[in-house]
Amino acid sequence: MVFRRAAGPGVPVAHRRGLAAVEIILALRTPLYDLHVALGARLVDFGGWDMPVAYGSQIEEHHAVRRAAGVFDVSHMCIVDLHGTQVRAFLRELLANDVARLTQPGKALYGCMLREDAGIIDDLITYFLEEHWFRLVVNAGTREKDLAWIRGRAAAFGVEVRERRELAMLAVQGPQARAALAALLAPEEARAAMSLENFFGAQLGAWFVARTGYTGEDGFEVMVPAAAAVDLWKQLNARGVQSCGLGARDTLRLEAGMNLYGSDMDESNHPLESGLAWTVAFEPAERTFIGRAALEQARAAPGGRKLVGLLLADRAVMRSHQRVLSAAGEGQVTSGTFSPTLAQSIALARVPAAAAAPGGEVQVEVRGKPFTARVVKPPFVRHGHSLVGS
Amino acid sequence: MSNVPADLRYARSHEWVREQPDGTVEVGISDHAQHALGDLVFVEVPVVGRALQAGEACAVVESVKAASDVYAPVAGSVIAVNEALAKAPELINQDPYGAGWIMRLKPSGPLAAAELLGAETYAAVAEAG
Repeated sequence: MVFRRAAGPGVPVAHRRGLAAVEIILALRTPLYDLHVALGARLVDFGGWDMPVAYGSQIEEHHAVRRAAGVFDVSHMCIVDLHGTQVRAFLRELLANDVARLTQPGKALYGCMLREDAGIIDDLITYFLEEHWFRLVVNAGTREKDLAWIRGRAAAFGVEVRERRELAMLAVQGPQARAALAALLAPEEARAAMSLENFFGAQLGAWFVARTGYTGEDGFEVMVPAAAAVDLWKQLNARGVQSCGLGARDTLRLEAGMNLYGSDMDESNHPLESGLAWTVAFEPAERTFIGRAALEQARAAPGGRKLVGLLLADRAVMRSHQRVLSAAGEGQVTSGTFSPTLAQSIALARVPAAAAAPGGEVQVEVRGKPFTARVVKPPFVRHGHSLVGS
Repeated sequence: MSNVPADLRYARSHEWVREQPDGTVEVGISDHAQHALGDLVFVEVPVVGRALQAGEACAVVESVKAASDVYAPVAGSVIAVNEALAKAPELINQDPYGAGWIMRLKPSGPLAAAELLGAETYAAVAEAG
């Protein structure tokens, strides 16, 4: 057999500097790296980071999150705090979603940061902490370009950009996740954590706890001082929370119909063709955000492309970059996998708008053979249950 | 690190071969291979009776991550396939040298002529990636 490497973000292993000196660029490691190794994780390069792909069976880790609770190391993601009296005005220009929607401290908002031509620089979560203090969580693989883009525009608003590299981040996800984490907090903080509404976060002692995630299940994402991360992970394990790697994270997010930056969207796509129209705040009309003019043009133009969900009944697995054929023209699978919950292949695909109606059928070329796939509206799974009955 | 039974012979492409007393051989993929692939979700086996050249792609093992071809480690005809894999592909992950066998072949020539590796040599190949 031959191992076909899954496409993914690569990282240069060696970099030539000067005439003779060769500097080896070591992969980055999170504060949990040694623990991952001790737990027997298989590690892979992910956006320049050595990250656990699975500790044992990826499918068992997936089921643990759908049925009980799992913990993921997401410390590779980049936490950026923005301070300044003009920070809200700055973010209203920087992001396609509108932080004016954030009226209660702790509230979070998902959305995109766009180029002038509306190409997606990154997708990110914004937390409103205080009127003059917002927090962004951006992708690991886009960290450098994001920081450069943000810093390049922050100065005009007098906004200070502070990366929080001293924080580790754990995602604790699943129907039993919140209770498992709250049990590790002091009684008063535990009550505060359990009373957090969906998409809200709060600083509880040394931990920032947010009711957010990337799995389609309830749960928390927790930012803690790096030195506290290993102990927190072990305590969660001791309470029956399963260690989970990036493999399960990918199948969970795909079942939940959530985009992965670099696969389902990048700078060559805009949000309206990436299933993210709901994250673009065109109202109020007088708000000028970066990319607005280009997006309005795209919105008014006929045709175009849409990101849809695909379901395959046959015994084959859709993978990214496979061709999608329809009467309206060609498209492409942007993410595909085997869904452990549905026990069949699911995918996100970018197709001509005329082929995007749920219930329609398209052909997907899997290993050279065409298979019929049904178009569905993501998500495929939410809170442990199928939403796409086949 | 991975399990490489001493009584089997191996192809460089990670298949194992077990010689049976009746001269036929059982074929599967190694522990190293199943570990690298991760959880298997589909296995496509050849039809019984098919004649295979050594090195011919004859089965597909598909994991959550990727699909990979399995190559015939020796030339021969397929005399049996593991039907249980259709419903339980995870048998390959759980027991790659036992319940996770893929097919049985009747070799068309002497096994000694086949380019197979001993356990020690294969372990070094697997270790090197």
